[in-house]
Amino acid sequence: MLNPVPAQGPPAAAPLLQAIGMTKLYGTFAANDSIDIDLYAGEIHALLGENGAGKSTLVKVMYGLIQPTAGEMRWMGEKVVLVGPSAARAQGVGMVFQHFSLFENLTVAENVALGLDGKESFADMSARLAKVSNDYGLPLDPKREVWRLSVGERQRIEIVRALMQNPKLLILDEPTAVLTPQEADQLFIVLERLRSEGRALLYISHKLEEVKRLCDTATILRGGKKVATCNPHQETAASLARMMVGADIGIVKAGAARATTVPRLVIKDLSLEPDDPHGTYLKSISLEVKGGEILGIAGVAGNGQDEFFAALSGERLSGAEGNIVIDGEAAGLMSVTERRRLGAAFVPEERLGHGTAPRMKLSENALLTGHAASHMVNHGFIDKPATLETVDKTTKTFDVRKAKRDPEAASLSGGNLQKFIVGREILREPGVLVVSQPTWGVDAGAAAVIRQALLDLSGRGTAVLVISQDLDELAEISDRIAVMFHGHLSEPIPAASANREKLGLLMGGSPAGESTGQKEAVHAVGA
Amino acid sequence: MQLVLEKRAERSTFIAVASPLIAIAFTLITMAVLFAILGKNPIAALNVYFVEPLTDSYSLMEIAVKATPLVMIAIGLSLCYLANVWNIGAEGQFIMGAVCGSWLAVVTNGTGAGHWVLPAMLVMGALGGALWALIPAICKVRFGANEILTSLMLVYVADLIMDYLVRGPWRDPKGLNFPTTAAFDPVATVPTLLDGSRLHAGSVAALIVVMLATVMLGRTIKGFESRVVGAAPRAARFGGFNSKQLVIFTFMVSGALAGLAGIIEVAGPVGVLQPGISPGYGFTAIIVAFLGRLNPVGILIAGLFLALTFIGGEGAQISMKIPLDLTKVFQGILLFYVLACDSLILYRIRLIFPLKKAAQGNVHGTA
Amino acid sequence: MGLLEAIILSVIAASTPLLLAAAGELVVERSGVLNLGVEGMMIMGAACGFAGAYLTGSTFLGALCGIAAGAALSCIFAFLTLGMAVNQVAAGLALTILGVGLSGLIGAGFVGEKIVPAPALYIPGLTAIPIVGRILFGQDGFVYFSVALVAGIWWFLYRTRAGLILRAVGDSHTSAHALGYPVLKIRMLAVLFGGACAGLGGAFLPLAYTPFFIPGMTAGRGWIALALVVFSSWRPGRLVAGAYLFGAVTILQLHAQALGLPIPSQLMTSLPYLATVIVLGLISRARGTAGSAAPASLGMVFVPDR
Repeated sequence: MLNPVPAQGPPAAAPLLQAIGMTKLYGTFAANDSIDIDLYAGEIHALLGENGAGKSTLVKVMYGLIQPTAGEMRWMGEKVVLVGPSAARAQGVGMVFQHFSLFENLTVAENVALGLDGKESFADMSARLAKVSNDYGLPLDPKREVWRLSVGERQRIEIVRALMQNPKLLILDEPTAVLTPQEADQLFIVLERLRSEGRALLYISHKLEEVKRLCDTATILRGGKKVATCNPHQETAASLARMMVGADIGIVKAGAARATTVPRLVIKDLSLEPDDPHGTYLKSISLEVKGGEILGIAGVAGNGQDEFFAALSGERLSGAEGNIVIDGEAAGLMSVTERRRLGAAFVPEERLGHGTAPRMKLSENALLTGHAASHMVNHGFIDKPATLETVDKTTKTFDVRKAKRDPEAASLSGGNLQKFIVGREILREPGVLVVSQPTWGVDAGAAAVIRQALLDLSGRGTAVLVISQDLDELAEISDRIAVMFHGHLSEPIPAASANREKLGLLMGGSPAGESTGQKEAVHAVGA
Repeated sequence: MQLVLEKRAERSTFIAVASPLIAIAFTLITMAVLFAILGKNPIAALNVYFVEPLTDSYSLMEIAVKATPLVMIAIGLSLCYLANVWNIGAEGQFIMGAVCGSWLAVVTNGTGAGHWVLPAMLVMGALGGALWALIPAICKVRFGANEILTSLMLVYVADLIMDYLVRGPWRDPKGLNFPTTAAFDPVATVPTLLDGSRLHAGSVAALIVVMLATVMLGRTIKGFESRVVGAAPRAARFGGFNSKQLVIFTFMVSGALAGLAGIIEVAGPVGVLQPGISPGYGFTAIIVAFLGRLNPVGILIAGLFLALTFIGGEGAQISMKIPLDLTKVFQGILLFYVLACDSLILYRIRLIFPLKKAAQGNVHGTA
Repeated sequence: MGLLEAIILSVIAASTPLLLAAAGELVVERSGVLNLGVEGMMIMGAACGFAGAYLTGSTFLGALCGIAAGAALSCIFAFLTLGMAVNQVAAGLALTILGVGLSGLIGAGFVGEKIVPAPALYIPGLTAIPIVGRILFGQDGFVYFSVALVAGIWWFLYRTRAGLILRAVGDSHTSAHALGYPVLKIRMLAVLFGGACAGLGGAFLPLAYTPFFIPGMTAGRGWIALALVVFSSWRPGRLVAGAYLFGAVTILQLHAQALGLPIPSQLMTSLPYLATVIVLGLISRARGTAGSAAPASLGMVFVPDR
């Protein structure tokens, strides 16, 4: 049975959880540098910061997953040492991970059981699962295997699993990153109810509007240190962003008048079955991207974006020549290399292991995509100086920061590696660029550089296709936006007329335009 | 106390060079303990094993003779392992190379055929090994069958095929019923480098293979392809490299090298086809490949070192009555240490002493 | 005793070592670890099992020695792959090379010696029933134990919380770690269990199958056991079927040789190996894009961050 903690009105005087001087060192690098934070019952506390600011490290310490190097934690005034997640759960700490801690081949009920201490029988647990998921309006089919579920449903498992421990403190790591705006709204209703039940919530996000709307307090981290604790209602999104980044963020701007030219990337009736059993079918996708245009593909993760990218890059062949046309050449049956020779370039979502070989040097990673259409290879022999030259040029043009001239890819920070990967492709002046999640997990500075580079490239006449989950990003750089859902692609709509709600409905699978507009103010995306 | 690994930001170049040496040092210490357990004087035994063979020219040449097949096979295997293709059936490819090449020696035996026989035998041997290796490669590429198991199963089959041939159709009629072919004709024999020694031209071939492999792996796009497919398969596919073709390629190259080593062994030092032509070269070459850190020059050194253990093991058996199986134990232990030390290239070890009271749950103190 | 009964009895005997070793490896692989050293652990089990039985005169103590030898060898594997994050394929190969060498060293003194084979069960009345009597009620302890072992593993994997945790660790070690399960410790226990089973399977050979020890007497059975785990799609029930099928192939070639068919004996002897290659090809192909049933994190190195 779920016993709500007695409701409390304003935050009580004593904090539920108090972290004092939390420090976590990795070698000499301080992921957390003496951070103080107080969490109160009946309050939603936002934890803000850029990627690499130390948010994940801090919550992992609070969940007992990693041990701090220094600092102490007090739980209801008493010092505690959390030796592991089960110790944290026993105290009443629940956690919803960003990268879900689920088991794909096990059922929902088994997944939930694994997150509990196992003191009740499986049948009792199942009954309680049904009740909790019903109570909070988070429906789940306990007998289904996780790999059959959508991202939103998977998150529901995580939340229900955490709620079944009746937590006093619930930590949520970027829960809305994978949701449609409508799904996010539903989640907020649940979170507000949990607050009214007197629980403490620690809410990690970098969506500032969301934080302003939902959270009572915000703590901002930067470079492992606490910058400020403030009331987000009294701040603006801009002032919060300034505290996160430590400087004003440069505004990306499109070149004066970008003229779109002929279609350079044409996709006609592209259908593809997934190559792994957990994948998505692509269903008859048609699309044209013109030179000088940036076309955005929105959609919740797992709706066929990975398959779409693989089909465009040629990592998977769709089976018909005319499906994909690059600059007038039917490329549907061409390999990755042949497509690159036609002037196409690709940037995948995963930086490490897909975009680069992590344990290989940057020069070798320049060769990885450069061997196809450049002077790096002569009669099968590698021109080492030419590969190094590409590294130097990319470093200079895109401000890639690294410890030495030619380090391993894995040693670069996310933002710098992404700048290298995007730069490596842009330096080839491609006619067509397909890029997936260009700024996923990248700091704001690098994100601005990358977005500006994409705008500039399209300004020079390249057709750019951007697949992204970040609606703000798409609104910022795209000319037109289409939405991918269950392997279908919607008709592209001009970015100017695409608003958050309209896109959200498409992302959730409803046909566009059927909304009755009963929601609050329909504001343009990103405004 | 607890042993904990921490990922290094970059691979340690120092350890990459030092790791085989550290591994050998640990192995020697372990061996000394084993000798002591067996009731032998450890110092004397290590001396017989590792020093005495280096002191006379006959043993030195024998080391080169034994290292020849080891190095050739290991070069091929290193290519596979770099590409994350697990060919462990080199022993079978070695035997099939020997069998296919010997076929020519058997049918031309006593016919007075010309000097074309030996080159043709070498080609047949390489082809035989490559085709035998093609079976697991195709099973993997077409059906997704695990190449470790299939390539290994084919070792037993190859062994039985050779057994059948030398006991049946190819048996020397004048051989007193021994399971062996007739001695090969001079035109079907690999020439020796020095009169009266067993050192033969195959050793030169092994050196050429080492040089070619060095160039191929370090300087060519094919070598890069092999490395990147092994290191990051998804990135390799994104780079436009076809991992299936590479499976076929690496299996065939390593099979050809093993087959070539097989026919050179039979047409060189052994001189006939008979059971027991290999004291497990195909398996020892796996150790050679890892001890050489999958680097051609490293493999050359490692091949000589493991050849030394074969010779030293024989010497120890004769002079100190140390069982020959100890050489295999030695090789197994060596591989363990090599693998463990290799791990230090990517990780550093830390010993962690848990808190005084690492009890379950939490430790309450005073607030 | 009719021919059919004799064949079935010999099939069961030939299948038992495969079943024992494969059952252990199934648990290991379900936890996400690929231990290719089964052959090495089996041959060590055979050598130490025989040595133990010869020195103590007890089959039971011999079997315990075999179990201990297999488990001890798997300890080295666990240290390397779990403690030192070594590639599991390479470590498994090293284990086999070491096991073959060590077993030769240990067994050398016992080659040519004989022991009394494990006694078969005899229940008056029941064992004498024609055909099924000997098959059901006249086997040695290893056979009954192997069947009970597989049943126990099924019950453990699908009916206990510990089994659920083991499957979870094999499905995603990162998730299991995030929930606070000691991934490496669980895998360590699984590897030890697998080693013990392989040791017992190896010990069966000199203790019950043939009452003497010869070097290399496992003759690739460890590798066939590994193939059986793939064949079974990591399911205990199918493992039994697969093991008995392979036992049948082994025995049929023996009987075909005894009948004096004009086929080279070497071809008949190679049948189990060829069958393994063909079956692996067919099974892997049949699964095709329907997805492999292999545990998702099988063979992957896991180093927890702290």
